[in-house]
Amino acid sequence: MNSAMWIIFGALLVSLLLGIMARRGKDMSMEQWAIGGRGFGSIFVFLLLAGETYSIFTLLGTSGLAYSKGAVGFYLIAFTTLGAITSYWLLPPIWRFAKKHNLVSQSEFFAVKYNSPVLGVFVTIVGVVALVPYIVLLFKSMGILVSATSYGAISPTVAIWIGMIALVVYVMISGIHGSAWTSTVKDFLIFFVILFLGIYLPVHYHGSFQHMFETVSAAKEGILTLPDKGMSLSWFISTVAISAFGYFMWPHNAPTIFAAKNARTFRTNAILLPLYAIMILFVYFVGFTAIVQVPGLTGPDGDYALLRLSMKTFDPWFVGIIGATGLLATLVPGSMMLMSAATMLTKNVYGYMFPKAEGANSALIAKSFVIVLSLVCTMMALGENNTLATLYLTSFSLVTQLAPALYCSLMKRNQITKQGAFLGIFFGVGIVLYMTFTKTTMAMLFAGFPQWIQDLNNGVFALVVNIFVMVAVSFVTKKAADAKQVTQYS
Amino acid sequence: MKVYYLLGLLPFLAILVGTGFVNRMEPFVFGLPFLLFWFFFWTIMSSVIMWIIFKLDPINKQEEETE
Repeated sequence: MNSAMWIIFGALLVSLLLGIMARRGKDMSMEQWAIGGRGFGSIFVFLLLAGETYSIFTLLGTSGLAYSKGAVGFYLIAFTTLGAITSYWLLPPIWRFAKKHNLVSQSEFFAVKYNSPVLGVFVTIVGVVALVPYIVLLFKSMGILVSATSYGAISPTVAIWIGMIALVVYVMISGIHGSAWTSTVKDFLIFFVILFLGIYLPVHYHGSFQHMFETVSAAKEGILTLPDKGMSLSWFISTVAISAFGYFMWPHNAPTIFAAKNARTFRTNAILLPLYAIMILFVYFVGFTAIVQVPGLTGPDGDYALLRLSMKTFDPWFVGIIGATGLLATLVPGSMMLMSAATMLTKNVYGYMFPKAEGANSALIAKSFVIVLSLVCTMMALGENNTLATLYLTSFSLVTQLAPALYCSLMKRNQITKQGAFLGIFFGVGIVLYMTFTKTTMAMLFAGFPQWIQDLNNGVFALVVNIFVMVAVSFVTKKAADAKQVTQYS
Repeated sequence: MKVYYLLGLLPFLAILVGTGFVNRMEPFVFGLPFLLFWFFFWTIMSSVIMWIIFKLDPINKQEEETE
């Protein structure tokens, strides 16, 4: 073992210890933690929301995308900014409704808004399905992190298993209490690591940012602008639009949103969150510097760019610090995702199917869900050959399908019926899943159409079908319901 | 609906529509290629705009929100 590995394993032990310590003395129920008595102030909600947004994907996936595709990666800073703005108008009504009805999860929100427990169950399943590629992404990142920092001693396959076991042990031991502690440590680490790498690396190798960009552009012509075909302007705009639209749709965001003390918290957040997005800019600098300094990483190997460049530049102990940051940036969001998926499956799906079984053994069932979900995601992570950015895009295409029904439910007079919401989401998610598994592209579906249509993000196509079905079905079911009422009165 | 809420649309217009007109590398601003500078600029502007809206919106002046 080299010093980098020691530091990473040390960080793992410390975070486990923090979890055990956080647990001692306060045996809160999951719900109590989840909404924290609805007393979280601006700063805390900001840190949690930001902490859920900035994961190891920010380090490895973002730099990898800049390394492989250049300007295409700019979509990340663009959608984060726009998504953050929506919090000013979107989150206060969500929070208000959740407070009024004492809600703790996203699936309950849908169930109560549309007065349909079945919709709640369905939203849980969609949320979990959307989280799967994200969790796969985290396991893959863990594999990349451990195998790279072991300087080749540990194979990616073994590394993915190690990562999965670390995450499951972390969730089991520390539960969700540990995350709150580790989250703060992680936020500071990731902030300083990104800032340092983003400034030091380009300046060290090229003297200035501009000179770095000029060298990159000379080495790979056109990489600093969007291409004419493929991930073109039309792909870029459609991807930014759906990602911003679905920004707050994650199941693990809901408890944090519900935890706020007042609605003003979200309005302050709308000012602070865009500034946080500037971090992404510095990650781009790392990815672009790597283009010239560690050339030759193709396809999924592009996700190694940040680590390879760091290993070339720094002593192993500093690579260890970066690795430890990456580890925490996996454990915190990973545990939040696994926990919220498992809690929702236990409460809203298992609890719905076996209403009498709820109670004493629900914690055990939740833990079983954590293990099953982790195993499924590990298997998928082992057998899969996509870049981290591709997994991230799939996750977003899926979760965005919840947005139309949610946005409509916040209107004063919601014209959407539960049947409309259900079928809209069903078709939207169905299209994304079908296209993902059969590897169908927009260009295949719309061969012969103008180039800009062929380049659209597949999530947009699914979203259009989703909205169309939702409106049409709502129109028909509403009419049927009205007709029924009329006959009852006459 | 308050008129100044429309300010919040500016970043959306700039990024979802404006990007089509700024897909180029030059001129460099603050050492950034122009397309990247565009997003950097609008990230800062988004924060500024949201701050202006926050200050104008009387809802944020109420001590306890009674909504």
